[in-house]
Amino acid sequence: MDIPYTVMPRRDTGLYNAKLGIWLFLASEVMLFGALFSSYILLRVGSYPGVWPHGLLNVPIGTVNTLVLICSSVTVVLGWAALKANQFAKYRKIQSVTLACAVTFCCIKSYEYYDKFTHYEVVLKDGRVIDGHLVEKVGGGQVVNGTKQHPEAIVIHGVEFPAEAKAAGMAKVPLLHNLEKASGHHLEHKEFRIPWSDTKKVQNYGPWHNTYLAIYFTMTGLHALHVIGGALVMGWIWGPGGAMWKTDPERYTNRVEVSGLFWHFVDLVWIFLFPILYLL
Amino acid sequence: MSENKAHHGHGDHSKTYWLVFFALIIGTVVTVGAYFIHFDTLFLTIGVALAIASVKASLVAGWFMHLASEQRMIYTILGFTAFFFLGMMLLTMWAMHDAPKPIFP
Repeated sequence: MDIPYTVMPRRDTGLYNAKLGIWLFLASEVMLFGALFSSYILLRVGSYPGVWPHGLLNVPIGTVNTLVLICSSVTVVLGWAALKANQFAKYRKIQSVTLACAVTFCCIKSYEYYDKFTHYEVVLKDGRVIDGHLVEKVGGGQVVNGTKQHPEAIVIHGVEFPAEAKAAGMAKVPLLHNLEKASGHHLEHKEFRIPWSDTKKVQNYGPWHNTYLAIYFTMTGLHALHVIGGALVMGWIWGPGGAMWKTDPERYTNRVEVSGLFWHFVDLVWIFLFPILYLL
Repeated sequence: MSENKAHHGHGDHSKTYWLVFFALIIGTVVTVGAYFIHFDTLFLTIGVALAIASVKASLVAGWFMHLASEQRMIYTILGFTAFFFLGMMLLTMWAMHDAPKPIFP
């Protein structure tokens, strides 16, 4: 049986069915992301002064990723316009840029995640805090009686916060600025080899580290899943799904339009995610 | 009527799409530029960033997603969405006893 109204608009809605469907889906997506944005606001205004981290993320990298998504958004709509003008080869060429942008976005995002997972905060038993990137874990790692052994030592390239600074759990970047302002010189970035027995707590900057990172990973992770999902669908339509252009070009064009609408929504979410997570 | 509009409305709009694209690039540059300007209050900082983001979002929704000239049914769906979305955002902010003390200095 043929699916009705894949090309012709229905009289009552004025739309072909897939378009109505994608807008209903996007409406539910607005509520999904809206709930997370609302959570972000409450968590943010509810945090104690000085605890909410600033400057944890790399603004230039985030800016590049924003520009990558904007580029992909314009190529999606240009690709669809090419199909409307009956230029399939042009569509394929333009849409390949969209797919390349999607892959680039995911690569950059993965690099950012990797950077956070290798960034450690080490609280020492004497109250000092070492904050920086993991160089290596020395020894350990073997499994004895089902439990993984701690390393003998951990090597971190970063800065040391004195015990008086009460750095554990505080936002590190502003704290660093304040310390440097007070002392009048830069805190030196260097390599610290810390015996495991001296440590009180060792934790990387994963989603478990603080509220900010929890909401950061939740929101950007959900967004990244949308990017991957959108890219897979658009990639299928662009590649094997392209056979439909020969049999039913108008329906094919509508598929490109509907997947494009989803893609623009993904771009739209990022337009808000970028300032709230990277800049504010 | 509607069919005619749908097909006629999306002629060669490539130029418009490129203009929106450049506007979005400029918007991004301004957003990042505003980050380096020190505003007096956090309220202003957040206000400026979200204002620029809203303009960019309107450009994407209005022209890339063709919301500037769509069928009434889509506006109806989005009207309901906007109502519930605003409810979700504002009720939590208006809640007098649940909200922690404001952080705006």
